[in-house]
Amino acid sequence: MNKISRRKLITTGLAATASVAGLTAAAGIARRYGLIPPDHGGIYGAGETLTYATQRLLTRHSLAREFPRSMISKTPFANETAPPNDAFKRHQAASFTDWRLSVDGMVAQPASLSLSDLRGLPVHSQITEVVCEEGWSYIAEWIGTPLVNVLNAVGILPQARYIVYFSIQPDWWESIDMADALHPQTFLTLGMNDGDLPVSFGGPLRLRVPRQLGYKSVKYITRITATDSLKGFGKGLGSSAPEGGYAWYAGI
Amino acid sequence: MTAELVLGLCYPPSVTTASPVHKSVISRHTAIVRVTHWITVVCFFALLISGAEIVVSHPRFYWGEIGNALTPPLFTIPIPASRSTVPTGYGFVMPDQNGWSRYLHFEAAWVVVLTGLVYVIAGLWSGHFWKNLFPVRADRTWRAFREVFASYLRRAQPDERGGHSYNVVQRTAYLVVIFVLFPLVIWTGLALSPAFDSAVPTAVAALGGRQSARTIHFFVSGFLVLFLVVHVAMIVLAGFWSRMRGMVTGRVTVSPEGT
Repeated sequence: MNKISRRKLITTGLAATASVAGLTAAAGIARRYGLIPPDHGGIYGAGETLTYATQRLLTRHSLAREFPRSMISKTPFANETAPPNDAFKRHQAASFTDWRLSVDGMVAQPASLSLSDLRGLPVHSQITEVVCEEGWSYIAEWIGTPLVNVLNAVGILPQARYIVYFSIQPDWWESIDMADALHPQTFLTLGMNDGDLPVSFGGPLRLRVPRQLGYKSVKYITRITATDSLKGFGKGLGSSAPEGGYAWYAGI
Repeated sequence: MTAELVLGLCYPPSVTTASPVHKSVISRHTAIVRVTHWITVVCFFALLISGAEIVVSHPRFYWGEIGNALTPPLFTIPIPASRSTVPTGYGFVMPDQNGWSRYLHFEAAWVVVLTGLVYVIAGLWSGHFWKNLFPVRADRTWRAFREVFASYLRRAQPDERGGHSYNVVQRTAYLVVIFVLFPLVIWTGLALSPAFDSAVPTAVAALGGRQSARTIHFFVSGFLVLFLVVHVAMIVLAGFWSRMRGMVTGRVTVSPEGT
């Protein structure tokens, strides 16, 4: 072995060792600061973890773009949903007067809120874009109360790390981390474009997460729960999206 | 002998008329160029296939901020979509592969971006761009371009200079790919991330809106595919296996200067 190749071998060995040590340290730090998404396993886990960790480091507090009223879409696209189940039909027949949102998990005082309870909290509006993972989009005004108001009202415990939310429709549930849950634009949405939120757009209650793709904004919300671990929900991947092959973190 | 004055060739083809005694083996591609080249190849195909699958879920393109099935498209790709909500004129849908395609697209994007960073930093450090890719002063003329194209059209025997370095057309093509198309495809791709846009709203505003960014992303990808097709076609014309060997082992056989 000549000297150059020996030197190369040593340099390469040192670089490889440093890389492994660096990656191990990075993984430790990532776990500690909650930078690892629940769907981190499998062949796509590395890419998802890089995306999620980077977004959490760079965009924890950034605000989704808001648009002037003149840019509100005249033809918003509702997208299709599964046919409503009987429970939803009963609520719809009663004009959603008995719709309840239950809030439980790691909160000081679990609660069951009516739509008028939610309207009694500070209500805001935002003009933001809905972005579908297929590629299309539209802009609408969304009226509702920031989720953080509800979480504060029920006394969210400091150890809570995720908010899991469920549709009245079966097998439709998602979760977000506290950065998105406490974000001022994450709305429990009751209205759209100066009117009630139409059923096709998620009425009577939709959780809008404007910094992520549309599929995180689950329609017909009946329950939210605060947790420190997503392992006990479904297959433990964080939401129904990764169970169907889609990323849990949809901020891209 | 067709040409080595072609895109993708960075060394002359072995001259079959010369006796082996007159050939010499030179080191042409550094390890960093070879490794980053092949990682990029793998990522490019992953991005291309997954990107095509993502397009299939909504093969309509728009300009401006918004666009959906209810707004007029800028243009439509005449294929059935994988989602029944997209009006395509076809009575059936394609298989929906959007889930794994998106996972793969973003993972491959990470790998190619990190690989590209290593390549660009190493290239700046070693002077690779300046020495091997930036056109030499004498070649920074339209005339030099015309001469290269004329030699392609004549299918001329390459001159000796072409055997040891890239010509001005190759250099320009590589520089455009490395410093224009790749940055643009990364930028337009990032502009499609709602979270990234929240942090850097000008990234999408400067492109004319989200749907414009998506449309530009599609076209820049198209230019990259065009480059790939020409690149591979030229390699095939000039001798696929000898060129492949060069990019794998780094060593190429050349006839000595002056022969």
